[in-house]
Amino acid sequence: MYAQMIKTARTGVKPREEMSEQERAFQDKIDAGIKIEPRDWMPDDYRATLIRQIGQHAHSEVVGQLPEGNWITRAPTLERKAILLAKVQDEAGHGLYLYSAAETLGESRDELIRLLHEGRMKYSSIFNYPTLNWADIGAVGWLVDGAAIINQVALQRTSYGPYSRAMIRICKEESFHARQGYHAIMKMAFGTPEQKKMAQDAVNRLWFPALMMFGPSDKDSVHSEQSMAWKIKVKTNDELRQQFVDQTVPQIEYLGLDLPDPNIKWNEERGHYDFSDPDWSEFFDVIKGNGPCNVDRMNARRKAWDDGQWVRDGLLAHARKKAAAKVAAE
Amino acid sequence: MKNEWPLWEIFIRGQHGMSHRHVGSLHAPDAEMAIKNARDVYTRRNEGVSIWVVEARHISATAPGDKGPLFEPSESKVYRHPTFFDIPEEVGAM
Ligand SMILES: [Fe+2]
Ligand SMILES: [Fe+2]
Repeated sequence: MYAQMIKTARTGVKPREEMSEQERAFQDKIDAGIKIEPRDWMPDDYRATLIRQIGQHAHSEVVGQLPEGNWITRAPTLERKAILLAKVQDEAGHGLYLYSAAETLGESRDELIRLLHEGRMKYSSIFNYPTLNWADIGAVGWLVDGAAIINQVALQRTSYGPYSRAMIRICKEESFHARQGYHAIMKMAFGTPEQKKMAQDAVNRLWFPALMMFGPSDKDSVHSEQSMAWKIKVKTNDELRQQFVDQTVPQIEYLGLDLPDPNIKWNEERGHYDFSDPDWSEFFDVIKGNGPCNVDRMNARRKAWDDGQWVRDGLLAHARKKAAAKVAAE
Repeated sequence: MKNEWPLWEIFIRGQHGMSHRHVGSLHAPDAEMAIKNARDVYTRRNEGVSIWVVEARHISATAPGDKGPLFEPSESKVYRHPTFFDIPEEVGAM
C-alpha cells in the first residue's frame, strides 16, 4: 500500500517457545489489544520494521504531492484549484504526522529523508505513474486516495500508539480527498463525449497501478506474517485489495464508464467481485526504479530539499542568535 | 552542531472551552515558528482557538516501569467514588 513490501528480519512468526520472557509479555500485550507506546520495551525487529513501514508511508505522502502539485496551476476553475491546493497541503501534513510517529521510535526525520534521497528507502509505486491530464487528478483522488483509505482505516487498529493515532487523524481528512476526486470525475463522465473519454482513459490507466498499491499477493508476501502477529499490519494485502475492488466497481458503474478489466464479475458464491491480477512484473520493475516517473520524482524531491537548505539554515541561525541575546540579557 | 530543527509538542484548545490537548508534534527553529507551523498543520479545519507549544526536551514524564507503584494504589480505594455510598432514596438528590 503506501507501505509495500516491508521486510522483517525473518519470515514466518517467531514461535512462543523461542521467545524470551520479555518477548512473551510483549506479545500478550498486543494480543490483548493494549497499545505499545514509545518508551515501552519492544523487540528490536518490531522497532526496525515499524520505522521502515512508517517511514515509507511518510515518504509516500510527501512524494504523492508531486503528481497532483503538477496540476494546481492548471486546474479548470478557481474553486477546483483551491480544493486541490487544500488536498495537497493535507498530504504534507500527513507526511509530518507520520515522520513524527517514526521519530518516537528514535529515528529522526532528517535521517529518514536522507535515506529516501539516497535511494535507500522507498515510497509507494503508485506515485511513479504520471498525471497526464485533469481527468487523472479526479481519478487519483478517487482511486488512489480511495485505496489509501482502505489501508489506513485498517491501520487505525495497529498496535503502535503513535502510528495508530496518526492514522486516525489522517482518516478524518482522507474522505475529503476521495470525494473531491470522485466529484471531479463525475463532472467529466457526465460531461461532453470528449470529457467522458478522458475519464474512461484515466480509469483504464490507473486501475491496475491502484491495485498494486496493496502490495504483492499474500502467497508472495513472505514478510507479512510477523507483521500481522505484531499487529503492525492488520489485514492482508489480498483482503484489502478485494475490499477496494468491491467498493469501487459500483462507483465505476454509476459513472457509466466501462470496467477497466474484462474479468471483473460478481461472484455470488464468494460474495465478492472476481478480477484480474495486475501485472506483477511491472510492479517489481517500478519498485526497482524503472517506472515512468521514478527519476523525475526523486530529482524533484532532492531539488526541493537542496533549494530549501538556505531557508532552514537561515531560520536556525536567527533562532540561535535570538536565544543567545536572551541569555546575555538575563 | 546538529542542524536539525528542534522538536516541539503541540497542544490545542478546541472550540468548546476544553483544556488544551496534546495533538502531535513538529519541528521548528523557535517558538514563534512552531506556533505558525502548528496553526497550519493542526488547525486547518477549525480544530482550535488557542495553541501552546513546548519544546519536547522540556517535558518530563513517568517511566513505563513505574506504572504499577504509581497508579495501582488508587485501584483499591473504591470509597473515593460516590457510588460507594448507599444513600436512602427518601433523602432526595445528592
Ligand atoms: Fe494522505
Ligand atoms: Fe489523501
